[in-house]
Amino acid sequence: MASLFEYAPAPESRSVVDIAPSYGLFIDGEFTDAADGKVFKTVSPSSEEVLSEVAQAGAADVDRAVKAARKAFEKWSALPGSERAKYLFRIARIIQERSRELAVLETLDNGKPIKETRDADLPLVAAHFFYYAGWADKLDHAGYGANPRPLGVAGQVIPWNFPLLMLAWKIAPALATGNTVVLKPAETTPLSALFFADICRQAGLPKGVVNILTGYGDAGAALVEHPDVNKVAFTGSTAVGKAIARSIAGTDKKVTLELGGKGANIVFDDAPIDQAVEGIVNGIFFNQGQVCCAGSRLLVQESIHDELLDSLKRRLSTLRLGDPLDKNTDIGAINSAEQLARITALADTGEAEGAERWSPACELPSAGYWFAPTLFSNVTQAHTVARDEIFGPVLSVLTFRTPDEAVAKANNSQYGLSAGIWTEKGSRILAVANQLRAGVVWANTFNKFDPTSPFGGYKESGFGREGGRHGLEAYLDV
Amino acid sequence: MSESSVRLNVFKTYKLYVGGKFPRSESGRVYEVSDSKGKWLANAPLSSRKDARDAVVAARKAFGGWAAATAYNRGQILYRIAEMLEGRREQFVREVGDAEGLSKSKAAAVVDAAIDRWVWYAGWTDKIGQIAGGANPVAGPFFNLSTPEPTGVVTVVAPQDSSFLGLVSVIAPVIATGNTVVVIASEKAPLPALSLGEVLATSDLPGGVVNILSGKAAEMGPHLASHQDVNAIDLAGADPALAKELEIAAADNLKRVLRPQPVDDWSADPGTSRMTAFLETKTVWHPTGSLGAGGSSY
Repeated sequence: MASLFEYAPAPESRSVVDIAPSYGLFIDGEFTDAADGKVFKTVSPSSEEVLSEVAQAGAADVDRAVKAARKAFEKWSALPGSERAKYLFRIARIIQERSRELAVLETLDNGKPIKETRDADLPLVAAHFFYYAGWADKLDHAGYGANPRPLGVAGQVIPWNFPLLMLAWKIAPALATGNTVVLKPAETTPLSALFFADICRQAGLPKGVVNILTGYGDAGAALVEHPDVNKVAFTGSTAVGKAIARSIAGTDKKVTLELGGKGANIVFDDAPIDQAVEGIVNGIFFNQGQVCCAGSRLLVQESIHDELLDSLKRRLSTLRLGDPLDKNTDIGAINSAEQLARITALADTGEAEGAERWSPACELPSAGYWFAPTLFSNVTQAHTVARDEIFGPVLSVLTFRTPDEAVAKANNSQYGLSAGIWTEKGSRILAVANQLRAGVVWANTFNKFDPTSPFGGYKESGFGREGGRHGLEAYLDV
Repeated sequence: MSESSVRLNVFKTYKLYVGGKFPRSESGRVYEVSDSKGKWLANAPLSSRKDARDAVVAARKAFGGWAAATAYNRGQILYRIAEMLEGRREQFVREVGDAEGLSKSKAAAVVDAAIDRWVWYAGWTDKIGQIAGGANPVAGPFFNLSTPEPTGVVTVVAPQDSSFLGLVSVIAPVIATGNTVVVIASEKAPLPALSLGEVLATSDLPGGVVNILSGKAAEMGPHLASHQDVNAIDLAGADPALAKELEIAAADNLKRVLRPQPVDDWSADPGTSRMTAFLETKTVWHPTGSLGAGGSSY
């Protein structure tokens, strides 16, 4: 099908960001090589172009970084909260100043559209530091008793879907409460964390307070298991989350886990269809669906199923997939070949199990990792695509007749991270929201985030909350 | 008529409390319970894996109704438990004295503290939501509200030494917020816990909200810790080796785990942490509409 509109390319300039050919680990305020000299390449998922070569941390580097963080902890935790606050305010402001550069960098390394890094990721990153900066000298008033103490060294492992935003969610509350951190970004998206190290330098942050270790899962495991780490914070898959929960059993380490999801987006027959369609699209195609709180299960009231699906398909046909740096692009690249293979396999399973597969006519670029927006209808609760987290631009459509059935189906999941409710009836929103076993519920909207708003899941979506006053608890000895 | 003027007293058969009923262990097993001097007190049920599973089924069945009850209603029921306990105070003073080797006055202080603990948590039911939740001032046209909700079915390994005050101190905070509980009583001193079931049964507490098992934590614990329909586990009474084993098993479905905490004095102010450990925070976003350049959108 010919596209409805032709758009001239409107690429954001790459010249705003200067990526060095190689980067070291950031330990104790210095960039250094890995102890064993290992490196790995990071590529742009939209073109497979090698962006840079970064050091690959091993167990010896983890130990070095934890020691640096431990050494820095004494002074950092003893600083008056008002002084820690000022460092964080500085960081927030520098991020705002450099946000164009960081947005382009993130789009290059992650593959997501510049529209998203520019309008969602970066503003939220700066806001998160600004929000927690203000808490640093107000912890006595946070509801955790007088003079709540930090835990010590925080070992933090983050995913590739929102590299800098997940870093902000981890580092801002940790530093505000007086902890020091060792953070490992995902192996496919190491660059923005390394640029953040430079921001720490510009802000004059004391050495060792923030340490960045680029590397693979083995480095993450070494960090989590390091005996001198007091706090473990992980965002990623439920399988790894369970392994972490096992590995820290019997220790004093405090842990928060933000894991997978299979969010239900429930549309009632009185919902404003056009708004709901926008919300559904945002819910599952934002960041190519590589979002733990994605609305990946669409639950439609039976009576409006056909009408809604027609509208949805029409809307999907207008989505523009392509160069992530193009300001008109809606759908960018999948983050890695590995993730693309996983999405492809799960979508194939959906088809093999008898669900009806549909994608808009959509030309995929020849280089890079791409997956067309995909919709499965005639899906039952037993289908793999209704149960497993796909973490890609794949929506499964199920139907229901009564609100009770909608709630039962929404809750029929090992996960419990997010849900959406679309209806014009206020009491129905409140009644359904009350019964959903999910940590974040969006009524007549979807995928909204804010530093003041706690985020985290029920059941196997993990435990602990990030954001807001609640997010402080994870980093305090309370 | 008999020449004897000594009346033979009636022993009590101690039974489990599961789903609002008083079953024996399905295994038919019992074990001897003695006082601190080694004198036989009673035969307590030695609960099995099946008893533990039955208790989880009962707790799950009770969860929906209990979680949905109004906080005021839960508060009144917890207060009713205190009232019923007060009426049976002498019985519990005797049982706690026997169980823990305490003088009558010390045992009375323990029972009084346990009664007062129910009163404390009765008052918390309709306040914890205001302490632990609230509106969040998000940067956008949304009303954003965070509310604490019960996590679900909670397994509790009750403290081993404080057989009654310790027990009450770990189960009251769990149910105050709307969770239901399967508790493994102190292994060597289970009788006050089993008698508590009789109080709960007459306190308007719906059956299944509290389920009390006696027996070995090391036997039942692993099954409850790995049970897919249990949401959380409190390891208060588990020794370090058992606590580690159960924490590993609990990772199977990512249960919320409350590790054993050192407690010097169960009568001290308990704070709120035993409630918040078994709460989930749900945050709901509602659009408020906006007055943008295009005018009203609500």
